[in-house]
Amino acid sequence: MALATAEITTSNDFGPAVALSCRECGTRYDLGPTFACIECFGPLEVAYTWNSPDFDGTAPVTREQIAAGPANIWRYRALLPVPVDVGVKPNLAPGWTKLVKVDNLARELGLRSLHVKDDSGNPTHSFKDRVVAIALEAARTFGFHTLSCSSTGNLAGAVTAAAARAGLDACVFIPADLEQPKIVMASVYGGRLVGIQGTYDEVNRFCSELIGDPLGDRWGFVNVNLRPYYAEGSKTLAYEIAEQLGWRVPDQIVIPVASGSQLTKVDKGFKELIRLGLVEDKPYKIFGAQAEGCSPVSAAYKAGRDVVQPVKPDTIAKSLAIGNPADGPYVLDIARRTGGAVEDVTDAEIVDAIRLLARTEGIFGETAGGVTVGVLRKLVDKGLLDPAAETVVLNTGDGLKTLDAVSAEARPTAVIRPSLDAFRTAVVENS
Amino acid sequence: MSVSVRIPTILRTYTDGAAEVKGEGATLRDVLQKLDADFPGIGARILDETGNLRRFVNVYVGEEDVRFIDGLDTVTPDGVQVSVIPAVAGG
Repeated sequence: MALATAEITTSNDFGPAVALSCRECGTRYDLGPTFACIECFGPLEVAYTWNSPDFDGTAPVTREQIAAGPANIWRYRALLPVPVDVGVKPNLAPGWTKLVKVDNLARELGLRSLHVKDDSGNPTHSFKDRVVAIALEAARTFGFHTLSCSSTGNLAGAVTAAAARAGLDACVFIPADLEQPKIVMASVYGGRLVGIQGTYDEVNRFCSELIGDPLGDRWGFVNVNLRPYYAEGSKTLAYEIAEQLGWRVPDQIVIPVASGSQLTKVDKGFKELIRLGLVEDKPYKIFGAQAEGCSPVSAAYKAGRDVVQPVKPDTIAKSLAIGNPADGPYVLDIARRTGGAVEDVTDAEIVDAIRLLARTEGIFGETAGGVTVGVLRKLVDKGLLDPAAETVVLNTGDGLKTLDAVSAEARPTAVIRPSLDAFRTAVVENS
Repeated sequence: MSVSVRIPTILRTYTDGAAEVKGEGATLRDVLQKLDADFPGIGARILDETGNLRRFVNVYVGEEDVRFIDGLDTVTPDGVQVSVIPAVAGG
């Protein structure tokens, strides 16, 4: 069995990380390839030196040291569960994507200050390269030979690409009805790509069973048995946003919610920067964004519940189509604790928002980006978001991966003969 | 009704390492009660203090997540497979 055969390693392999800790009951475990608490099934997460009650307040790294680091996530390696020499090993070196000041969109929405954190600039064009890079290091440390995952699409491509670069085998699992560009991206890097006849939640269930079977022996499932490490990669979004704003946490941020992992780790990243004195301690609000066709967390938020009832997804935002979001309860906690909210938008609003972002700022986001921008607009309209406050919205993937969403309205303004008269008649006089 | 129960890795210390064990009961509640009688202590890992399924455990009867049907009252037909799986994040 994968869990039994992998060796527990020393904390040196994991930088400042010291243990795995259950988010529910606090039980601690050695750093190993495990993800659920034996006591209560709660998710395990990485605990660091600075989580200790004895922590003396000294940050393990300074702003200047970070700024002198590479233009990728390894500039934050002192804050991540990775070895010191992580930057010299073959990996995709993701991150340090653009934080774009989007004044045209801000004007259109009536906001004073708005930035888009555009993670389509990562090596496989989604934020997943961040989380996979951390999981890859853990896979190496634990001696796994195969990198695997259950995926709604973006993760599959990030895993096969990272495995190719690192020289590991890859075997990834996706719902068989995924968007064609994501299937192409996941298969072009080699490895095995397996389509499962079912929803993402069924793919996830399959992988959970495979992990306890000899068939999955010595496999690192980035979002299952390596999940505690993998999830930490999303903290780098928070670090980068704060550094790119001039070492300042934004007043409010809108984040897409699929499993909810990314949102919880952005919050963890902001809290760490504050605890370590790398940014000023100030309040911030975190808003979650879902598609109406898969909105179990938004529904629970609006109903005032702290339990997330699973749903069967039906939305064009397939990268967010997780009907049984494992971190949903934590998203609710964070939205309520910070004074944010969780909201959802229809498929039509998602398409409108993709086009709005493209038309106003030249950024072509995938459907998940349409969800965040659409929810941003809705939050402003509802008065839930302060238009005078500094706001950041995430675009987590490239629109080229979800062309189907906007292709129905994509056509030439006119098709004409190559003559000035034809141009004048068909285009100039018609606009 | 005789059913098979798939045990996740983290609970196999209760089943001597067995990934699958025999179970019995007309509903999921009965099956879990019998499971706890056969492997003392395992029930409290799956159910919380109030007797409900823990927040981060998913249980399937056949292909269906029981939260979509009748929860612990879900009927367990003869020969069906019951799977206990920790919740994991995606995607």
